Amino acid sequence: MNDATTGADLDELELLDSDDDRDLRAAVAGFLADRCPSGGVAAIYDGDRALVEPLWRGLATELGLAGLLVPEEYGGAGAGSRDAAVVLEELGRSVAPVPFLTSAVVATTVLAQAPTDAGRELLADLAEGRRTAALVVPLSTSLSGARPVAGTVRSVAGALEADTLLVPVASAVGLELRAVPAAEATTDPVVSLDMSRQLADVTADPAAGTVVVTGDATAAVRAGLLAGTALLASEQLGVAQWCLATTVGYLKERRQFGRVVGGFQALKHRLADLYTSVEGATAAARYAAAVLAVDPAGDETEIATRIAAAWCSDLAVLAAEEAVQLHGGIGMTWEHPAHLYLKRAKADQLALGLPGHHRARLGELVGLVP
Amino acid sequence: MTPAELRGRVEAFLAEHPPATTERSVFLHARYAAGLAWVHFPEGHGGLGLSRGLHPMVEALFAAAGAPDNNPRANGIGLGMVAPTLLAYGSEEQCRRYLEPLWCGEEIWCQLFSEPGAGSDLAGLATRAVPDGDSWVVNGQKVWTSGAHNADLAILVARTDPDVPKHRGITYFLVDMKEPGVDVRPLRQITGEAEFNEVFLTDVRIPDAMRVGDVGDGWRVANGTLNNERVAIGGHAVPREGGMLGVVARSWRDRPEQHTPELHDRLMRLWVETEVARLTGQRLRQQLAAGQPGPAGAAMKLTFARLHQQLTGLDLEIRGEEGLRYESEPGWDMVRPSHVDFTGRDAVYRYLRAKGNSIEGGTSEILRNIVAERVLGLPAEPRVDKDVPWKEVPR
Repeated sequence: MNDATTGADLDELELLDSDDDRDLRAAVAGFLADRCPSGGVAAIYDGDRALVEPLWRGLATELGLAGLLVPEEYGGAGAGSRDAAVVLEELGRSVAPVPFLTSAVVATTVLAQAPTDAGRELLADLAEGRRTAALVVPLSTSLSGARPVAGTVRSVAGALEADTLLVPVASAVGLELRAVPAAEATTDPVVSLDMSRQLADVTADPAAGTVVVTGDATAAVRAGLLAGTALLASEQLGVAQWCLATTVGYLKERRQFGRVVGGFQALKHRLADLYTSVEGATAAARYAAAVLAVDPAGDETEIATRIAAAWCSDLAVLAAEEAVQLHGGIGMTWEHPAHLYLKRAKADQLALGLPGHHRARLGELVGLVP
Repeated sequence: MTPAELRGRVEAFLAEHPPATTERSVFLHARYAAGLAWVHFPEGHGGLGLSRGLHPMVEALFAAAGAPDNNPRANGIGLGMVAPTLLAYGSEEQCRRYLEPLWCGEEIWCQLFSEPGAGSDLAGLATRAVPDGDSWVVNGQKVWTSGAHNADLAILVARTDPDVPKHRGITYFLVDMKEPGVDVRPLRQITGEAEFNEVFLTDVRIPDAMRVGDVGDGWRVANGTLNNERVAIGGHAVPREGGMLGVVARSWRDRPEQHTPELHDRLMRLWVETEVARLTGQRLRQQLAAGQPGPAGAAMKLTFARLHQQLTGLDLEIRGEEGLRYESEPGWDMVRPSHVDFTGRDAVYRYLRAKGNSIEGGTSEILRNIVAERVLGLPAEPRVDKDVPWKEVPR
């Protein structure tokens, strides 16, 4: 193992909230508490997307979150991935149906690598919240799995909310990335497992639009997917924290057999184990965001990302499944929001590479080959 | 005192007592007298009254200079549990008498807490201490006593009042293990060796001067000791693939012929989980340094026990045919180890010894109760014996 994979020099990366983190967290949480009721999220499943546009507009422009990862030279906040992680944790906690991950993290990071003039303009618009972008790959794409479009690309996340589609096209240099106005492509909504991140099937003309990344875009696309994978873990953490807190709260109220059911050891022990796993997810997600902020191209960033992805993906699903089970019958109803978290958690687990894929790649990265 | 000033003091001490030419015992006593034994202890008791965070630097400076150490592994209970308890609850006279030889490794300590009838429910203990003039006379049986066969002294909890509820009738004592009536018998464990003991106490006399805290206040003092035990677990940084994972990863790398996809997937799951636990420990230490109390300590211990057990089991499977053999000295012969090394000896030993990790220092079941009740705020277990005089509790 070389020095880069020992993690020794990164041992003291801060894994706790700073004062700035706390302020940002409070601002996002307060906004979501007012503007993102779970009933509005559930309504999306019944075809009412009224919540989506104003919520994203407010987060993007009123709170200025759209430009968080846009470098200052392109008019953005130039904030780090730690800030984006705080935002995603809060968005996960509310299963907020906004394209922050797809536009403000993945598309923005892809563009920021080596933008052409058109790419710079687009970045400036993204920073201001004037435009919203989506990378046209299936949501299940792992970080090295992006392919040039050939016909329709199925199950694209963030395309429905985007006015600009970033389309990877085969070219003489390898991969070319073209920004295509959504109006010039076909975007068919998909009835999705997780309607709070509704997918679309996208068909775009490979010759349409303008080139936004200089030269071969393969590395830029990978960087965007890496940032997305690292920071998705924070969204999953937020989902898991909501599930744990809500279940603990419910079991302190619910009475059966003349007792508060949270006092039964069979349930207490399950929640203690879940708490332990959520604490682990907190550390893993924060570490991935912190390393990404310090050294986005380093070996340790891919290792930290895959650790967080492998752990937080499964943990969020476990937390949501435990929430549904431990709420008893009410957890199975449409009325209770637990199902929104289960659907998000399961879809997130399938997003950007399965946990088993991350573990297998980790084996190669740390010299534990099959 | 600034870190630089402290460093200067250590360097001056080393110049005055060159490790290469100073006799070990002289060096250790001088270090204690200079307040450099544990700088977070008060002056006069081997310290300088500084913050705990400054001590690791001092240890590192002494280690780098090749200074003799106090063989801390041989006196883990003394250093980790007895010393902080004496400092918090002992008399000035007790601190003067016991702390220096404890730190210098001249007096080894053990812990007479658990009993055959009082394990998780330690407060239900039945060993009796009856006053007799200026002394107490103790009768009872203790168990799981690590290192009692090497110990000079012990900390003891005994029942001094059976007529009040269990938590209120306990008193905390120091015991001279050489006293007549102290009978240490090996307790052989599943590894074949006997690191633990049963200790029978028959009419053992303890001077009242060796009582710690008030009569009947022993439960509070014992909890101080047990909290120190849990702080000690998971309290220091380990590198990636340090500890048990490193041992198993080496097995994997050394045995490509044993590789299967199923073993590989399990290895990588445990690799990820160990790394997550390592990062959780890093975060826990940051919380402690920031003054945020870390209730996650119990959760860390739960994780540590499960990971050790799963990793050591996997290691045997990776070794295949070789995992069937327990050939490291002394095999199944009963020996009396002077210290325990979870990652030492061979794979069979590690697998068997790890079974104790979910029992010692609080069973995983009790720790889950602690997490659920104290961290998550869920209702406590019903306690039917809470307000009942100890002698009336069925047992």
